[in-house]
Amino acid sequence: MTNPYVPILVLMGAAALLALGGIGASAVIGPKVYSRAKLEAYECGIQPTPHAIGHGRFNIKYYLVAMTFIVFDIEVVFLYPWAVAFSDLAVFGVVAMLGFLALITVPYLYEWRRGALNWD
Amino acid sequence: MIDYSWLLVAIPLASAALLLLLGRRADAWGHLLGVLAAAGAFVVGLLVFLEVMGQPSEDRIHDVFLYSWIPAGDLHIDAGLRIDPLSLTFVLLITFVGTLIHIYSIGYMAHDAARRRFFAYLNLFVAAMLLLVLADSYALLFVGWEGVGLASYLLIGFWNHNLEYAVAAKKAFVMNRVGDMGLIIAMGLLFAAIGSVSFTDVDAAVTAGALSTAQVTAVGLMLLLGAVGKSAQFPLQAWLGDAMAGPTPVSALIHAATMVTAGVYLVVRSRLIFEASPTAQLVVACIGAFTLLLGAAIACAKDDIKKSLAGSTMSQIGYMVLAAGLGPIGYAFAIFHLVTHGFFKAGLFLGAGSVMHANGDSTDMRTYGALRKVMLVTWLTFGACWLAIMGVPPFSGFYSKDKIIESAFVGEGWQPWVFGGAALIGAGVTAFYMSRMFFLTFHGKARWVEAGATVAPDDPRPVRHPHESPLVMTVPIIVLAIGALGLGFALTLGNGITGWLEPVTGHYDHDAHHAVLPVPVITVTTLVLVALGIALAWRQYGMSPVPLTAPTGSALTRAARRDFYADDVNEGLVMRPGQHLTRTLVYADTAVVDGAVRGTASGAVGLGQLARKLQNGYVRSYAAMILAGVVLAGIVLHLVRM
Amino acid sequence: MTTFVAPVIDWAALSAILVIAGTGIVGVLVAAFVPASSRRTVQVVLALVAPLAALAVVAWRWSVVVGGGESTLVAGQLAEDGPALAAQAIILIFAVVGFAVMASRLPNGEEAFAPQGAAAPGSAYEEAARRAGLEQTEVFPLALLSLAGMLVFPMANDLLVMFVALEVLSLPLYVLSAMARRRRVLSHEAALKYFLLGAFSSALFLFGVALLFGFSGSISLPDLGTAAATTVGMDGMAVVGFVLVLTGLLFKVGAVPFHAWVPDVYQGAPTPVTGFMAAATKTAAFAAILRLLYVAAPGFGWDVEPVLWAVAIASMLLGTVAAIVQTDIKRTLAYSSVAHAGFALVAIVSLSEQGPSALLFYLLAYGLATVGAFAVVTLVRERDADGNVTGEATHLSQWAGLGRRHPVLAATMTLFLLSFAGIPLTAGFVGKFVAFVAAADGGAWPLVVIAVIASAAAAFFYVRIIVLMYFSRPEESERPGADAVEPGALTRASLVLCALGTLVLGVWPTPVLDLLAQAAKFVV
Repeated sequence: MTNPYVPILVLMGAAALLALGGIGASAVIGPKVYSRAKLEAYECGIQPTPHAIGHGRFNIKYYLVAMTFIVFDIEVVFLYPWAVAFSDLAVFGVVAMLGFLALITVPYLYEWRRGALNWD
Repeated sequence: MIDYSWLLVAIPLASAALLLLLGRRADAWGHLLGVLAAAGAFVVGLLVFLEVMGQPSEDRIHDVFLYSWIPAGDLHIDAGLRIDPLSLTFVLLITFVGTLIHIYSIGYMAHDAARRRFFAYLNLFVAAMLLLVLADSYALLFVGWEGVGLASYLLIGFWNHNLEYAVAAKKAFVMNRVGDMGLIIAMGLLFAAIGSVSFTDVDAAVTAGALSTAQVTAVGLMLLLGAVGKSAQFPLQAWLGDAMAGPTPVSALIHAATMVTAGVYLVVRSRLIFEASPTAQLVVACIGAFTLLLGAAIACAKDDIKKSLAGSTMSQIGYMVLAAGLGPIGYAFAIFHLVTHGFFKAGLFLGAGSVMHANGDSTDMRTYGALRKVMLVTWLTFGACWLAIMGVPPFSGFYSKDKIIESAFVGEGWQPWVFGGAALIGAGVTAFYMSRMFFLTFHGKARWVEAGATVAPDDPRPVRHPHESPLVMTVPIIVLAIGALGLGFALTLGNGITGWLEPVTGHYDHDAHHAVLPVPVITVTTLVLVALGIALAWRQYGMSPVPLTAPTGSALTRAARRDFYADDVNEGLVMRPGQHLTRTLVYADTAVVDGAVRGTASGAVGLGQLARKLQNGYVRSYAAMILAGVVLAGIVLHLVRM
Repeated sequence: MTTFVAPVIDWAALSAILVIAGTGIVGVLVAAFVPASSRRTVQVVLALVAPLAALAVVAWRWSVVVGGGESTLVAGQLAEDGPALAAQAIILIFAVVGFAVMASRLPNGEEAFAPQGAAAPGSAYEEAARRAGLEQTEVFPLALLSLAGMLVFPMANDLLVMFVALEVLSLPLYVLSAMARRRRVLSHEAALKYFLLGAFSSALFLFGVALLFGFSGSISLPDLGTAAATTVGMDGMAVVGFVLVLTGLLFKVGAVPFHAWVPDVYQGAPTPVTGFMAAATKTAAFAAILRLLYVAAPGFGWDVEPVLWAVAIASMLLGTVAAIVQTDIKRTLAYSSVAHAGFALVAIVSLSEQGPSALLFYLLAYGLATVGAFAVVTLVRERDADGNVTGEATHLSQWAGLGRRHPVLAATMTLFLLSFAGIPLTAGFVGKFVAFVAAADGGAWPLVVIAVIASAAAAFFYVRIIVLMYFSRPEESERPGADAVEPGALTRASLVLCALGTLVLGVWPTPVLDLLAQAAKFVV
């Protein structure tokens, strides 16, 4: 009987190899041309270093968008597997999911009432 | 009525709580409530006493179960009261003398803005003291023990705006803690050995021989340490003199009549333990004999009337401890002397208070003199108590102290000669210092000047206007003086107090043992010594002029004036190191606050600083600490598994 | 593939949790729909009524369950038994007194929380919010949701439910910690630290769950115990997994070496939140540890004692020693809480039969004194030059002489401190007594000796504060003078309850001890 940890070690080794290999390969064979666009943060929508405006604080809207996103994101994340197993879960599944949806609506209502959805 | 004996503790406790909680609103009538509570407790005590008196003597021990305090598995502590002749004797003494002193305090504290608070503390003291003597286990006794310590602390430091008084209060508190450690350790030993600290279980276990001699001796010595601390016996005697900083009624009640005798109570209550360990018993007797001489010597040297009385208290309690250390022969006499002493010493203190009251709160006997003419009642009552403490027949001290001296001479080997000799010499010295006090205060030439009289500008004598105290103060003293006169005789009538106490102290056949000297010889020698003491004091203080400032005196006098350097020893051994430690630790020291301990602080602070370094505020270090903890825990578990 | 069987849900058994969680959700809706003028009143009423109602429900469940009605719920994921209900009851008591302090205002109308949590400290916006008298009433639903998590914790019979409960109780606390009205930067720092370290420890916990699942193929605690007794050859995984899970819980308890967050967070968080958190979180986490140790650990057959011994000793010693050098009352109390985590652990270290009831009693005693002591801290305030009441006077030097000016308040604080110190006739003494007896019965004598020594040393810094209050004079310093303000009605009620509880449990603990002794049996 082999030690159960051996496969894990192999897996870790493979992962390390892949990661280091990728970085190493791109460092060796990749073209090294820098431009302004290449040094920008990629599609994160916001500068990683503080702006001069607003004492370096992120706009509150940034968080609001993120949180609204989470409300729906979580909803979808759970709805997908539920939809797949829907027929097995039967009535229990429907009731549970309805309850979950109702609960997740509460923060949405809160956001709406407290003006988080009013842009400007 | 026995079932209601919890009222004894509850009444004064409720009154104390009420007085403290109501605050200034109760200022107008607070002192009356205080007196009423003390008197109420006395009435309850009297009713219980009468009921017990009506029972045959073998049925006079009652355990009143109150409730189960801590049930923790096999170990459980019940709260209950022990009603028996011993505890009832104390109850009557405490509540009766306590009530008188409460009444006296109305007058004595009349001009004090905080009189209500004073009465609250007094009531608190009475409640705690009653709990102490009524408890049916060492655990509950300890609660009362701490309670009287607290009340004593509060009362000594009652005038705490005076730094010296506050320091005295602290000193008494700390020295008592040393004794308390003994009591705690004794309880721990009993718990470990027999799993209970109730008197019934402990007595049963000791009788059955469930404890080895070494265990019994250890318990006995630790109990003795507790007793020594509370009763101001050698080597923990030094606090009593300073405790005189408290108002005089406090000195009378707590530091003469009741609290300081708690040590004697403890020894008598634990008599089976001491009887099972002759070593511990011998130590008790030795400490008593030594302290009775030490206290007497201190009393001779002090010019402060209260401190001289404090020395005398030490000495008299030394007699009681000696008696308790003599074994079955002495228990009843120890308690007997305790009761009579409670009366005449309280009377002496209240008399001293009256004298101080008349002399502008001065306690220096060298500035008194010839007060007999202006304070007739105080003179008479003080005189009665003076004769009582010296043991002049037929005053009460004669009956109780003479018995102790006789008992001290019973035994074999060196002991009767040493103990008896000490007791005998002590009686002579007692006569000397008490007469010295009496003559210095009431006789001789006035060493003060009447206010308004013409005096030479260089006259060193202080200006005074001595006057008799009001009735509210003199009546309690008169009652106490009557006690000092007649109580000793009254308590020997019939079976007397010794017969009454027999269910607790055990039977002792006095005819079966004989003193090494014939009893009449002892009595006569005692009286001769007393007479000599009085004569000596009269020659030196009654007839000759007394200088206003004390002469330098011999080395012995100087040592006695300084309490035989007890303070210096305590300071060097305990106080300085302790203070150093606390000063570095308590926030009084800016060094700690500034975050930079200078020099070598104590180990704890050093460790604390190390902890502080670990606590550097960086989340990364905290996370590393957690990780290190996990790794360590994992390693430990792995090691255990191997 | 196995077919899905819908679990039977015993709603009655869950009703206490549902009451609290439901009220929390209603609270969110109240924050959304009720007009600002009456919003706070409604929230406060909800936050005070809900725990009381839940307490009544727990009492009812107690009568149904204790003495034979123990069972597991929802397919074995929750357990309803004596220890769980007792812990819930204790947590709810802390919630009642803790929320009352949270809801109190100072005489000048100021509350403990920032007027607008999102406003930057010191910004013009914050000033405007303060002027406008805004109030962040969301603290009450947050506290209720956290309480819901705490109620699930003692019942959790399954590592994943335990994890969910852990997160539900923690996340709102992170937010609440950031809500202090004054010294907001400190408060923010505290919250961030708490969050980061909490997340770290949650990750450790989860990793441990994964390893244990890998080891036993189950996440249910009883299964784990059984698997541990039968499975051979995978000890490494089990040991590491168990240690990691235990770490996650000991972190919440604040035991050394997982305590580093405690002083910083206790100091920075709004004081009423600190009081509630210190009492209730610790109880909840200890209840979870209790179940982990008594249900899963015996099956492991290996000795977890050495680890617990080490943690208990380290907590008692480090907590005590570090508390001695503190100069801030909140930090002192924080370190004392670390030390108390150690004392409480002593009760269960030897897994003796009396352990659970002793531990729960200890927590009750400690928690009452904690909520009370922090409530007193909220009342001792600095004054500015014009005599206006400003922030809390937390520096110890500012407490000097409090006993002269406010004897009743100082006496109350003294009572709590004496209870912490374990002086007879206070609840703390009985707590220490039963805890040490439980340990001694299990044979952990050396630990008891260390614990007694540590508690003697710990008494020092409590007495130090008492001495400071009564015997020191306020000294001239650059710090503004301090004085106590009149407590609001709710704080007053809370203080009275805590003080009474501390006294009654000290003088007459028998009924409570008897009740808890009935509750010592775990359902498996």
